Amino acid sequence: MIDSKIPDGPLADKWNTYKAKAKLVNPANRKKLTVIVVGTGLAGSSCAASLAEQGYNIQSFCFQDSPRRAHSVAAQGGVNAVKNYKNDGDSVFRMFYDTIKGGDFRSREANVYRLAECSASLIDQSVAQGVPFAREYGGYLNNRSFGGVQVSRTFYARGQTGQQLLLGAYQSLLRQVNTGKVTMHTRHEMLELVLVDGKAKGIIARNLETGAIERHAADAVVLATGGYGKVYYLSTLAMGCNSSALWRAHKKGAYMAGVSWIQFHPTCLPQHGANQSKLTLMSESLRNDGRIWVPKKVGDDRLPNSIPEEERDYYLERRYPAFGNLAPRDISSRAAKERIDSGHGAGPMKNAVYLDFSDAIAAQGKKTIEAKYSNLFAMYEKINGIDAYKEPMLISPAAHFTMGGLWVDYELMTTIPGLFALGEANFADHGANRLGANSLLQACVDGYFIAPYTIPNYLSGELNTTKVTTEHPAFAEAENSVREQLNRFLQSKGTLSTDYFHKTIGRLLYEKCGLSRSKQNLEEAIVAIKSLKASFEKDLLITGDDTLNSELEKAGRVADYIELAELMCYDALQREESCGAHFREEYQSNEGEAVRNDTDYCYVSAWEWKGIANPPELHKEPLVFENVELAVRSYK
Amino acid sequence: MKLYLKIWRQLNATSKGEMVDYEIDGVTEHMSFLEMLDLLNESLIQLKERVIEFDHDCREGICGQCGVMINGRAHGPLKHTTTCQLHMRSFKDGDTIYIEPFRATAFPVVRDLKINRTSFDSIIVAGGYIGASTGQAPEANSIPISYETVEASFDAAACIGCGACVATCKNSSAALFVGAKITHLALLPQGKIEASKRVLTMVDQMDTEGFGACSNTEACEVECPQGISVLSIAKMNYEYNKALIMKK
Ligand SMILES: Cc1cc2nc3c(=O)[nH]c(=O)nc-3n(C[C@H](O)[C@H](O)[C@H](O)COP(=O)(O)OP(=O)(O)OC[C@H]3O[C@@H](n4cnc5c(N)ncnc54)[C@H](O)[C@@H]3O)c2cc1C
Ligand code: SF4
Ligand code: FES
Repeated sequence: MIDSKIPDGPLADKWNTYKAKAKLVNPANRKKLTVIVVGTGLAGSSCAASLAEQGYNIQSFCFQDSPRRAHSVAAQGGVNAVKNYKNDGDSVFRMFYDTIKGGDFRSREANVYRLAECSASLIDQSVAQGVPFAREYGGYLNNRSFGGVQVSRTFYARGQTGQQLLLGAYQSLLRQVNTGKVTMHTRHEMLELVLVDGKAKGIIARNLETGAIERHAADAVVLATGGYGKVYYLSTLAMGCNSSALWRAHKKGAYMAGVSWIQFHPTCLPQHGANQSKLTLMSESLRNDGRIWVPKKVGDDRLPNSIPEEERDYYLERRYPAFGNLAPRDISSRAAKERIDSGHGAGPMKNAVYLDFSDAIAAQGKKTIEAKYSNLFAMYEKINGIDAYKEPMLISPAAHFTMGGLWVDYELMTTIPGLFALGEANFADHGANRLGANSLLQACVDGYFIAPYTIPNYLSGELNTTKVTTEHPAFAEAENSVREQLNRFLQSKGTLSTDYFHKTIGRLLYEKCGLSRSKQNLEEAIVAIKSLKASFEKDLLITGDDTLNSELEKAGRVADYIELAELMCYDALQREESCGAHFREEYQSNEGEAVRNDTDYCYVSAWEWKGIANPPELHKEPLVFENVELAVRSYK
Repeated sequence: MKLYLKIWRQLNATSKGEMVDYEIDGVTEHMSFLEMLDLLNESLIQLKERVIEFDHDCREGICGQCGVMINGRAHGPLKHTTTCQLHMRSFKDGDTIYIEPFRATAFPVVRDLKINRTSFDSIIVAGGYIGASTGQAPEANSIPISYETVEASFDAAACIGCGACVATCKNSSAALFVGAKITHLALLPQGKIEASKRVLTMVDQMDTEGFGACSNTEACEVECPQGISVLSIAKMNYEYNKALIMKK
């Protein structure tokens, strides 16, 4: 039985109760303790800075050349927080409820409540760091409303909220580098977790500049390594995002949960060719003014502006009159896919829908629209060479956010003692679907406000255990397995590049375990993945040597993706219901809406690795709802 | 389209580099510049050759990790555009393109087109932050900041740390990068108290890292993907002089 360690007592008191009882480490003893933090995104930087301020020694790792480049930097839309500055009825409970409902009743009440509870402090924290959030003319903070909710609780810094939040966290991190409490290891990739007596005690990392394999020991390890949406190859994520840190921890005993819950973002730029490497997100805020439609006629080849009003299908407004173009992400994405698959797709590859601003421009004037979105329109023109003031944008759903990740308890600790997972790398808080602007929040709250209590609580028990050094045999063993794998890749004498395998697994997943899934497709996918895995073993071709070599880096990541993809299919296959981002074709209503099954599937699926030759083992963490009633998630 | 590429290849910081000729066919106008390099690398793999190393991550113009000199211009022919956001429609069939790393003493070459920009981080370590500890900040609305101030601060805060300003400057000066951070923080009430200490330590570190001095050529602003204004350099100089006087 897995223990989620949720504190007793009423929902609103749980976190305070926990904090009051959490064990502390004497300030004089903190300098004797070291924590490895992998990742310098919002979750990693904020956690590393907070623990360093308390006096712990921090070893911080990222694979980019600077911690400021972590993928949190790319988030555009905004970050949610309960401040009720607009006096429009927002409250911690309301945010809690919106998030539980948005996640299709597949997240933990206690975690979600804590997320809402801590949200207000994040705005205070960031403003103190100098994050230039949008302001009203009177000098007070401004905010706006985002998909899936009816109050204004999204704070933003133009279209670069993630960048500004990250720079705040990055600066806090480097401030601690200055004090000597943080040692930065940039261009380092964690390739293995080291366990001693079943506890996380270090990592093996590869120096990406020299190729050197290094050992690092610590009293606890934090993985804040972000999401794995890049498993689909085409996604909104950065090229370097990967699942390796999580996957290698999984193979060492940490459970993975909700792995097949992948959010497809509805407003991305569509794929336009075979050599494309990523899909660019257009901020969802565009849906506040843009109307989404497709031609009513199948295969209509006319230019969008020459299709008359009555021959357009505004399918979101038609199907979801209450929320219309602002329907939540999973619903909007699925509705787009449905139209595209039924032959109504637009654009050169017939893989897009229109996002049309002509009505908004007519009603509000071009100036107003420019003031709100000019940077997005400029970006659109840069990438596509099309002026979206004159012609509707082409948009399409793309793999975006991973609700799944390492299973963690209320303390954000995985099933391996001493191994914590923060931010997008863990499965917590979002359920089967994430509401917009909640992820930056979760990453920050995990690092600034939660881990600084829960990690010391764990460390207090480590003070009197014998110090592990990198001389311990467990390090030698882990290092050997890393070296063996790298050698195997370098000696492989095939003909196919890593990108070939990445693209192949991505396409397979998109078709069989993407926006919609079926038993038959998933079973076929599992068979296909097994044969792709065999092909990877013998057909891979890596050029270069074991020094700086980006092809070698990619090989390890793709090997992990292939294994992860298989687990995603098992996860999707086992869950015989439709919920949030998980749409099983067998479980839908007559109108094509998702049908959840609370009697049989109201639990978190936590998977245990059972070796390469065996299927993974499922552990169930039942979800108990005491404060909300399980309801049908309707946006009609 | 078919293109002729001349690309800088260099094994490591200490070895000698050289321009190497490549030909590439089948480039389409929709490809980004980096996708064109991906295509070239795929063909090198098929020839069993080592790929061309270049830096990149987000590929949407925000992480600041990409950046090469293209025909002598940082990030290529377009204004205010990162290399990853440059598309091949800016070139035509039969073009010859020179591709080199950003060059500066403070940015040693790591391999091929990859460079080491840790010197930028070191400048921030020296003082590029507000000394707010985590976890006990006061209510955000307790200090109102005017709309105009926040917008001006934001304009400077938008720097992505790519280094194009340094690469394009004949003195390899980091003044635009440092000026941007100084301006961002000095404008805000939260950053004011530490402003003089910050500017002194950051400017000091900029010199220690081996960046040159600014001679007001203003080439940096032209190539900066974020359009950071050279006025931020003036602001830095103002803050620096003020701090020197106050220090006495
Ligand atoms: C385009 C885009 C727009 C978004 N917009 C929004 C938005 O408006 N609002 C919102 O709330 N959310 C948004 N999100 C989601 C949100 O940005 C992310 O979920 C969040 O930033 C994740 O933060 P993180 O700290 O968990 O991970 P990341 O920021 O991804 O950081 C991961 C870190 O781990 C490091 N790393 C990974 N693996 C290794 C390894 N093996 N070894 C060493 N280091 C490693 C990386 O170097 C990096 O430093 C958006 C996401 C995308 C992609
Ligand atoms: S000032 Fe501009 S050119 Fe210089 S590092 Fe910042 S974004 Fe790049
Ligand atoms: S790859 Fe991130 S800015 Fe170009």
